[in-house]
Amino acid sequence: MIVYILKRLAVAIPTLLVLIIASFVLMHVAPGGPFTAERAVPPEVLANLNAKYGLDQPLWKQIATYLWGVVAHFDFGPSFVYKDRSVNDIISQGFPVTLTYGFLSFIAAVLVGVTLGVTAAIKRNSWLDYLAVGISIGAQVLPNFVMAPILVLIFTLSLHWLPGGGWSFDDPRFWIMPVIALSTSYMASIARITRSSMLEVLSSNHIRTARAKGLPKRKIIMRHALRPALLPVISYLGPAFVSMITGSVIVDVYFTTGGIGKSFVDSALNRDYAVMMGVTILLGTLTILFNLVVDIIYGWIDPKIRY
Amino acid sequence: MALLEVNDINVRFDTPEGEIHAVNGVSFALERGEALGIVGESGSGKSQLSFSILGLLAANGRASGSVKFDGREILNLPDAELNKIRSERIAMVFQDPMTALNPYMRISDQMAEVLTLHKGLSKRDAIAEAVRMLDAVKIPDAKNRVRLFPHEFSGGMRQRVMIAMALLCKPDVLIADEPTTALDVTVQAQIMDLLGELRRELGMATVLITHDLGVVAGFCERAIVMYGGQVMEEAPVDPLFAQPTHPYTKGLLGALPRLDTDRAMTPIRGNPPNMTGMPTGCPFCPRCDFVEEICARQMPPLTGFAEGRARACHRAIEEVAA
Repeated sequence: MIVYILKRLAVAIPTLLVLIIASFVLMHVAPGGPFTAERAVPPEVLANLNAKYGLDQPLWKQIATYLWGVVAHFDFGPSFVYKDRSVNDIISQGFPVTLTYGFLSFIAAVLVGVTLGVTAAIKRNSWLDYLAVGISIGAQVLPNFVMAPILVLIFTLSLHWLPGGGWSFDDPRFWIMPVIALSTSYMASIARITRSSMLEVLSSNHIRTARAKGLPKRKIIMRHALRPALLPVISYLGPAFVSMITGSVIVDVYFTTGGIGKSFVDSALNRDYAVMMGVTILLGTLTILFNLVVDIIYGWIDPKIRY
Repeated sequence: MALLEVNDINVRFDTPEGEIHAVNGVSFALERGEALGIVGESGSGKSQLSFSILGLLAANGRASGSVKFDGREILNLPDAELNKIRSERIAMVFQDPMTALNPYMRISDQMAEVLTLHKGLSKRDAIAEAVRMLDAVKIPDAKNRVRLFPHEFSGGMRQRVMIAMALLCKPDVLIADEPTTALDVTVQAQIMDLLGELRRELGMATVLITHDLGVVAGFCERAIVMYGGQVMEEAPVDPLFAQPTHPYTKGLLGALPRLDTDRAMTPIRGNPPNMTGMPTGCPFCPRCDFVEEICARQMPPLTGFAEGRARACHRAIEEVAA
């Protein structure tokens, strides 16, 4: 098991390297640059700027310098656009915010989604099933850029219960709307996957055996059906968890939460190479990490999987 | 009064393709300690018949008729009532032990839960009892292997586990649904010997569902032959083999390989019927060598003609048996 994890982590290093090089090259191949403005900048100023940020160097040298900074000093470089902020600053400020509302959204989506899915499967073709499926389809088709203003309209403008935007780590009222807006579509997917896999498990032979034993329905579900039914859900949850804790530009923009979701999109629009790279590496690392976590959980649930 | 009286059972399934008539008016009785074989090809409805007895049909299935167990009507009882009978008094062994055992649970947990549920044993005592039962079905090193998962056993050993699990509560009736079909031929005989031994020891009535006439000959006292969800013939095993009185039984016997004669195997021509579009007459008539004009129009009733023997055929016994 330990050997397996170490092996996987070792494989992660070349994977990340490929990710970094590919994004770096793609970023530079795209036309324009961080200092392309609507008003033409005098060529000598542009040359100075490029020299300052090392953009006049050949590409391989830029990559090497960048990698050295990341590996040796854990330094993701200065922002190309915000003159006084480094990428490390931007991420360390924004990431705790997205991590908080993302993690809460994850918990909410899993709890509600799995409950809805299991209920729908057990009470198949009853009104409960239709209600659960209805809710999950509704949540799925309602995009969060529609959901967010509706939430603000209801909870801030009409009811005056919740602040319409901003962020505070001390006041949970700031968390509620971002969590609802971010979690609903994930919740809907989880509910859908849980329902269909639960239905499949419930019609399998070993469930018939459990029924023949005389076990009450609750025990059949909890002891015999839930484990196998959650396997496909878990493989969905790995990547979903990463995309949730790295935030959402919609949530960051609507609720001015100040998370890195917005930084990522801004950096792409502004050609802020360093921020873009920093967030990409963060995302990539988390994705690799949580795919590993999913595989470990798989091994724990399914006794046939041994590492 | 027989221990288990099954009367006029019908099993229907609602499917998008229409209603499937899996079992049509089947009746039989099982005495205490008796071994009854239910024989038929795949799709003859024999498994669904056995599932309906314990209320184990799939969600889209419905059973009607009557099942009296120990004098009490149990067909379509609510789960809470059936759960007191399931495994405790009527137990089942299923066809494919790989999928019938829960692949995600240790054998110890799967077996112990039966005893904690029905006998109120502590988990510790239940596992000790499970080990005793695994010893009884001749699983070597049961004490240690009880902690394993199903995939860590071979097919034959898995079926032994399945049997041990079914016998934990010493049931009055064991329904074995094709217990050897998924196993190697060499293992099949071992499993049937084991079942026979345990049956005599526990004095258990047994319903053996199989497509294998050879297995029935060695194990059962009486057999019913099913086709298209209906009983074609019912007889004690010896006369059934010596003098089959139904064209289908005759066909089944003819399709068996024999070592004692030079006669070649003759398969029954055609395929089992599609259960959605059941013919109004005898379901076997498209494949029958003795078919008459009336066969396609009218299903002959199951009629007794000798002690313990009955047949459903329009043709006279002499014509078929000759």
